[in-house]
Amino acid sequence: MNSLKKGILDGLPIGLGYLAVSFSFGILGTNSGLKVWQTVLISMINVTSAGQFAGLNIMIAMGSYVEMIISQLVINSRYSLMSVSLSQSVDKGFTTKYRILFGQFVTDEIFAVASSRGEDVGRRYFLGLCVLPYIGWSLGTFLGAVSGNILPDSISTSLNVALYGMFIAIFIPPMKKALSVTVVVLISVGISVFLYFQPFFEISAGTSVIICAVVASFIGAILFPVKDSDDASGKTPGEDVSEGSGAPKAALCEGSHTPGEEVRDGQ
Amino acid sequence: MGNEFFIYLAVMAVSTYLVRTVPFVAISHKIKSRFIRSLLTYVPYAVLSAMTVPSIFFQTGSLLTATAGFVTALILSLCGRSLITVAFFSCLAVFVTGLF
Repeated sequence: MNSLKKGILDGLPIGLGYLAVSFSFGILGTNSGLKVWQTVLISMINVTSAGQFAGLNIMIAMGSYVEMIISQLVINSRYSLMSVSLSQSVDKGFTTKYRILFGQFVTDEIFAVASSRGEDVGRRYFLGLCVLPYIGWSLGTFLGAVSGNILPDSISTSLNVALYGMFIAIFIPPMKKALSVTVVVLISVGISVFLYFQPFFEISAGTSVIICAVVASFIGAILFPVKDSDDASGKTPGEDVSEGSGAPKAALCEGSHTPGEEVRDGQ
Repeated sequence: MGNEFFIYLAVMAVSTYLVRTVPFVAISHKIKSRFIRSLLTYVPYAVLSAMTVPSIFFQTGSLLTATAGFVTALILSLCGRSLITVAFFSCLAVFVTGLF
């Protein structure tokens, strides 16, 4: 399979997740008094989630442009960290021209999939990876904007966890393979929970993510420096990369947990 | 809203674009420092886990259904299932437990 097709395929779950998330943005846009095309244009040009919701509120309230700039910089500053990280995992063909062209597609999910796949990211793969998420994001916004609240609550509520489920599927498997990742994740989650519940100061979700990422990665880098042969190309640290996507492990679990069982567990 | 819309949109889009693209373009070489490389290797996992917990528990309006979604995703991930499978069954778990 060529790298463009591979990218498109890897982008499918992100695209479906975005379809659901952007649907609610579309509803909010038209409910706030924007026209359908305006709401869709915001999604097509910005491709952010929290940033758009905040930006929309500022537009509706006719806030100042400075306020708009600051909110976008603060909420989206985590993308800077991701771009720096991604810059280390792209291959030589991903030249400046392509970085300028594709930079706007660095989202949480695209970044996560691109940088955790265990090999250098080529521009063709990256382009492929962006296609369905972009379509999903734009189309979902459009559908939400024109149709309003057509989905029953029980369904739209369920869809809210789609992207989180995907995140879990990205960070859990490497934890099984490398102690370093387990430690980093536990530290990061610990700080995140603390920041969420602490009563001392207000903190935005975007800022919280940056603090967690910097502190946890910092400790990880001190305790578990990568080998000289592993550059930061998204390999699972401390492991020789030759995985077939965990297929043998999946077989181990076969039959022991069907999804229906977990559902019953949760009741 | 008339022309202001386009000004807001432009301000928003340019800020968002620069935040992402400037670091991406500025760092065009492989970073030499082993420490920084190590740090950047761990960033994706730290970012994703921090975004997920505790947020996921407040996404469904019910701690119970959210926990069902979380546990389902956790177990399927441990079994090495694909992103789409995990995401789908996680949603399904929320939906099913939400029926009760």
